[in-house]
Formats: sequence, structure tokens, C-alpha cells
Amino acid sequence: MNYRLGIDVGGTNTDAVILDEGYNPLAKAKTPTTADVTEGISTVLSKVLSEGGVAPEEIKYAMLGTTHCTNAIVERKRLNRVGIIRLGRPATLAIKPMTGWPEDLKEAVGNCFWIVGGGHEFDGRRIAPLDEEGLRRALDEIKGRVDAVAICSVFSPVDSEHEQRAAEVVAEELGEDVPVSLSHEIGSIGLLERENATILNAAVVKVASATAAAFQAALRQHGISCKTYFAQNDGTLMSVDYAVRYPIFTVACGPTNSIRGAAFLSGLRDAVIVDVGGTTTDVGVLVNQFPRESSVAVEIGGVRTNFRMPDLVSIGLGGGSIVRQEPGPDGRVRLRVGPDSVGYQLTSRARVFGGDTLTATDIAVASGVAAIGERRLVQDLPDDLVHSAQEVIVHMVEEAIDRMKTSAKPLPVVLVGGGSILLPDDLRGASETIRPAHFEVANAIGAAIAQVSGQVERIYSLAEISREEALAEAKKMAVAEAVAAGADPATVEIVEVEDVPLAYLPGNATRIKVKAAGDLLT
Amino acid sequence: MPRKLGIRDIQDIATGAAVLGTGGGGDPHIGMLMAIQAIEEYGPIELISPEELPDDALIVPSAMMGAPTVIVEKIPSGEESLVAFEALQSYLGREVYATIPIEAGGLNSMIPLALAARTGLPVVDADGMGRAFPELQMVTYHLGGLKATPMVLTDEKGNSLVLNTIDNFWTERLARSATVDMGGASLIAIYPMSGKECKEHGIAGIVTLAGQIGAAIREARGSHDSAIDRVLEITGGFRLFEGKIVDVSRRTEGGFARGEATLAGMGSDQGETLRISFQNENLVARTERGEVLACVPDLITVLDAETGKPVTTEALKYGYRVVVIGIPCSEKWRTPEGLEVVGPRYFGYDIDWVPVEELARDREGRSR
Repeated sequence: MNYRLGIDVGGTNTDAVILDEGYNPLAKAKTPTTADVTEGISTVLSKVLSEGGVAPEEIKYAMLGTTHCTNAIVERKRLNRVGIIRLGRPATLAIKPMTGWPEDLKEAVGNCFWIVGGGHEFDGRRIAPLDEEGLRRALDEIKGRVDAVAICSVFSPVDSEHEQRAAEVVAEELGEDVPVSLSHEIGSIGLLERENATILNAAVVKVASATAAAFQAALRQHGISCKTYFAQNDGTLMSVDYAVRYPIFTVACGPTNSIRGAAFLSGLRDAVIVDVGGTTTDVGVLVNQFPRESSVAVEIGGVRTNFRMPDLVSIGLGGGSIVRQEPGPDGRVRLRVGPDSVGYQLTSRARVFGGDTLTATDIAVASGVAAIGERRLVQDLPDDLVHSAQEVIVHMVEEAIDRMKTSAKPLPVVLVGGGSILLPDDLRGASETIRPAHFEVANAIGAAIAQVSGQVERIYSLAEISREEALAEAKKMAVAEAVAAGADPATVEIVEVEDVPLAYLPGNATRIKVKAAGDLLT
Repeated sequence: MPRKLGIRDIQDIATGAAVLGTGGGGDPHIGMLMAIQAIEEYGPIELISPEELPDDALIVPSAMMGAPTVIVEKIPSGEESLVAFEALQSYLGREVYATIPIEAGGLNSMIPLALAARTGLPVVDADGMGRAFPELQMVTYHLGGLKATPMVLTDEKGNSLVLNTIDNFWTERLARSATVDMGGASLIAIYPMSGKECKEHGIAGIVTLAGQIGAAIREARGSHDSAIDRVLEITGGFRLFEGKIVDVSRRTEGGFARGEATLAGMGSDQGETLRISFQNENLVARTERGEVLACVPDLITVLDAETGKPVTTEALKYGYRVVVIGIPCSEKWRTPEGLEVVGPRYFGYDIDWVPVEELARDREGRSR
């Protein structure tokens, strides 16, 4: 047997699922996410194995989507001290690395940077030769003072030679064991945002290796010996080796897993996905089976970054959202749902479970939309309260759906996540609503079925090369990257192509972005 | 009275510059970070009003030219404007008295501030546009008959180039191609002028105005109505339309990002549709029935309905709830000569310019 295990760590719950070769779910389990995330993973692993009666040795692949790295950045805990090397002198001196960072985060990563000669122009010419001597002097100073190095060169998405060479010099000076993060492998055009993402990546390398080790230990403990992967925020997988080098790509993988899981369960290629959890609802868009990427700078832990992230609207609405009546600005009583939530304590604190807190779930049960817990416990709720609260909930979700659509045309809406029982079948802006089987563990399924991808983003001058040639070259590079990351060459497809002409530049400068994805080579 | 600008002022001016940028002009964010770092290293900036300038003083605008996409990647060294000013001083054999923004909107609002902090030169509270425009000759200094040259272009490597041209259209052409060789962006010292000329042809008080707009948006954080109302009060502007963006189309023509945004009305504009045409900046706002609500050179700015913060043309996307405001442009543009350079027909629209305040009054009258 060739089973797959998928685990997704969410803000409220940690979910797991085991799929057979045909991707049919054999077992699923849910457990509260614990403060020490690894503990919850171990618990859910025991649960899912005992529920499905699956022999551990039948599991050949294990995929983990986790919030370890995000949490480390947000909490400023367990971060590496990072030596930051920017290649671009004399350009870029007007704005130093880490400008605009929160002070505590700057301190946590060591606030240690150098700007060295190097970098390129938009058309690939060099700004200056790489100043190897200056680089070696900088490395001499940081030797022993940093755990990791981040390198960011001007226009490295156009030409990465200086970053590559600098990485070799770092290995010579500091040894092979010091992890090095290169910006062209992490972000796109926009020096400061790409540099920020690269620094954050270097800062969580240690957390990622510890997480990988703990996950593998937990698997071994349960008798599972298999290949392990991490889920990335674009809906594809990376090997543990790769994840330890590019841990920043695990940030926001949870919502992405839900979107991919919803795509798989519904069989749709294009749709709006609404994932209702215990505390929040994420609304994303599925385009050709993958989540649409955000086109604007995304903040992580108070830092502006520009690496790929799923385009999401998150609202403070979940199954555990607390429902309150409070006086509005005009003095009249109004209803508020969330953003605070009873979270994983839903089954002890919600009214339908005998608790004393009025939650969104109680409203859904009272209004007949959902049937869990004991309905008689909410029979005393006044009709107009139930009615208006239900209206607030539906309105919040409809607004979020509307903000995510790119046209006024109604689209199919797929409802997933444990909290999606709050929602009725009829939603404004939806051509139809779909509640697939196993909707409550769509995120873990998304992790389990994830593919492997490669992505390329470059600026081409269409004066020198035709658009077709440029696209063909970028596609070839993306496919090669996907295969290098572990994809089966026979299944690799181009899943996304974007070309954007750049204003005010000559020679028809165009930014081309291509992504290829394929099934895991088994 | 001269006054000092600190970091908070710079942040407010940057927000105001995005409002005056009418959707284009480049994101002031990078320029703001440059100015803040310069203030942190060299101290606050002195802002002086045009009236304080001696008539014979040499005033030189500083700016960035080229692609904003390049500047966000190849950030300046900070020395470029210094080199440009030194080259111009030695060419003219005179000391520069003060610098001044060429445009108060967008990224270029910030470049003179960063330079001023480094050099100690004062910044004149005026500019040559009262907003943002895409071309070098689209300045009130040009209308006043001033020449763009001698101008100096510099790059981060230390190269500098002094240009002397027969007219401002040649300046635009030669400076553009030098800028490309410099890597797609250059820093420039341009339109050197006397204190007297600055008083006559500059748009006075615009830096202060940008700061007031930014402060109003900052202070009103969280209550959008008051932010937008305060901006209208400060600028003498009009609320043109409230709606949701339902479509955005973009294309690149002649190096410019052109396009149209379509808005479905909300609130009192329910049932109406507005189209905003842009070429880097927002140029014309008209309803589906063909009624023009505002057009260039008057300012058309899109504000986020929730926060009152300005939305650039690049950030326009489906689903955004926005309020479109119109701000009367400087009187200097409201002449036959001014309209020839920056009126709707120059940008290829077959309409005549009518002041935004007149259009607003007419519309008000009809809805009664």
C-alpha cells in the first residue's frame, strides 16, 4: 500500500487525514492546536492512525503544513541571528537594510548588516564588479556572531551571478554549515521587500530544522518510516531539505492547503473558496486549480515583504465567534459577531454544548442552518436575535466574497472548514454553493495531495528576443525547477504565465513570470 | 517664517503627496524612507516660503527621472542629487540658495527633502505642478517661459551630465535617453531659476498643503467620513462619486500605463456608473451617460472608502470600495497656454476642460 498522510496546523485545530493511492480518505482526525505545536501534531497522529486502522508501514508519504515559522516571526522567538549582506554599493546606500522594521524584531535578528559593491542594472549590465575583498572583510567581522546569512543583490531576479558567487565566498569564510539565503530564490523585483523576506527566511532556518526533526521523530514514534514534505504557501510541496533552506515559504500555507483541498474535493478549477475555521474565515480564489497570488506587498510580523503569498481576505468569523449585543454609536442595540472566539473550547463553552457563551454556532443551530449539539438548549433565544445574527454572519461572508472576485459575474463558491456549517446554501454572488464530502478536513487533504512546483520570474528586453522566445525560455526554466524540486517530469504542466510590460523603460522591457507544477515523483 | 520638518512631517507629506499624485507619480514610499534616513543622519529640514527668497537667489528643483520600477530595486545612493547640484553650481559659477520640488505629487515630492536634509539647503514651500504629471515640460515654470536647462543628470556611480538644449522638448528627449543609459532612472537638477521667478511661476504653499492632507488622514484613522471631509475642506475639493470598482482594464502605450477603471455607484450614487481614464495619473472621470465630473488638469484622486488613504492606479482592483474626489488645480493651469500643455486634448481626449467646481455645482443643481 502507498498511503499518504496530510497534517495541517491551524490557529484553532490541528487536522490530519490519511489517503489511499486513489486519494480517497481512509481516516481523519482533529485535535486542538497546542502552544507547543509539535505536541498537537503527535496527538492528531495517534488519533488518525487508531481511527482508520491503518498500519503505519502502509504510509509512504507524510506532508506537514505548519505555522511554526510564522509563529516564530510573530512572537520573535527562537530566531537566528542573521548577517545581512546587500550587494549594490554605491547604489542603495540611501536606505539601509531593515528600515521600518519593528525594533524588537530588528534586535531579535541581531541588527547586523553590510552593503558591499556589486549588483546589476535592469537590463543585466553590472552596476559594479562584486567587491570580494569588501565581502571577505564583512564576513571576517561577523564570524561567530551570526547563525545564518542573508544575501540580497540589486536586480538579482534579472541576474543572480553576484548572489551565487557571494554564497561561495560565505562558505569559504564561515564554513559550509552556516545557512545562506539568497534573495533571488525568494522574492521578486522590489529590493527592500525582497531583502526583508530573505532576512526573515534566514531567521527561521533553525526553527524549520527543529520542526522537521520533531515531525520525523513523531512519525518514527508511531512506527511510520516514510518520505516527509512540507507544504508551501503556493499549494505545492517541498522536501525537508528544501524546506530547511526556504522555510519562509511555509508562511500562510494553511489557507492555501484549504483552497487546494477544496479544489480537489469539488473537482473545480476556478471558484471562490470560503474556509471557515474556529476563529477566522479566509476567502481565497482558485484560478486554474491554484490559489490566486497577492499582487501587493504583504506584511509578516510587521515587515513588508514581496514574496508570493495567496491573495486572501481574512475576517474574524468562525464557529466559535462570540455573539454580543451592545449599544451602537446611535444608542440603539446592535449585534456583533466576533472577532473574539471561544476557539477550540467550542464543545464546552457554546450553548448547544451546555456552555454559557453565545457563539455563531449556536445561532446557526437555532436558525436551523446547522444541526450539531442540542438544539433545545438554544430554543429560548428570541427569533429576531437569531435572525439578525444570522444576517450579520451571512453579510460578513458575502462582503468578503465580493471583495475577492475579479468580476461581477457569479462564481461557484466552495464551503470548507469545520465552521462552514454556519453558512446557508444561498449566498449572494455565488452561482452555486458546494459543500464537498470531508469539507471539515479540506486543509489536511490539501497538504496530502499537494504537487511539486518550480517558478521563474525575470525581466526580458523584447528588443533582443521575441516574446515567444522569452516565454519559451522562462517555461523551460520553470519546468526544470519543478523537476529539480522532485516533480515527475511526465506530469509537469505550466500552471501560470504572467507578462507585464514595465512603464518608462525602453526596449520593451517585460517582466515574465511562469510557474510549473507536477505530481510528486513516486 | 522658516519652519523645521521632522520625521512625522515627512510621513504626512508623503501621504499628502500620494493624494496630490492623483494615482500616479510613483509611490512616495521609497522617497519617504530616503528622506527619513537623511533626517536621522543629518537632522531636520528647513522649509521656507517663496516670499522669503531674495529676488536674485538661485533656486534649483531636484527630482528623479525615469522608471519608478527601477528606483524600487536600484535605490539611490543618496549622493546623486549632491553631485548634480555641485555640477550645476560649478557650471553656473554660483551657489544654490535653496531647492524645491518640481512636483508635489508622488515620489518626486520626497527627493528634494532628502537632499535638503543632507546638504542643509532649505526647501521652498512651492512646486511647478501642484500635483504630478508625466513629462518634463508639464510644469508651470515652462509656462512662465523658463528653460529646463542647464540641467544635470547623475547616477549612483558618480557620472554627471550637463545638458543645454534649444527648447524643453529637446530636454525631455535627450534626458530620457541618457536616463536609460544610466540604468533606467537618474537624479536631476533642472529648471534653475531666480528667487523672483520662483515667486512668480511656482505654486506656493503646496508642501504645507500636502502635510496638512497627510495629517488629516492620519488623525482621522478609523473614521473615514471625517478623513475624506477634512481632505475636501483643506483642498477645496469635491466629493465626485462613491462606489465599488467593478472593472479595470490596462494597456501600455508609448511607455505609459493607460487604462480605465469602472465603478458601480453606492450610497447616493447608487445606480450610476463612473469611468476613470488614466495614463499613469487619473485624467478624466465621467459617468456612463457621458457626463464629465472632472478632467485634467484638475486633480482626480481615488481614496479608500474605509481609511481615506489614496489608492494608486496600479492598486485599483475589483471589489475596492472607494470615494473619488476632485480638487481644483492651480490657477496657473487654467489659462489657454496651460491647457495646451496639460489639458484633456493634449492627452488625447476629445473634451473641453470645465472647472471641477462648475461641474460639481451643475450636478448638484440637477439632482435637486
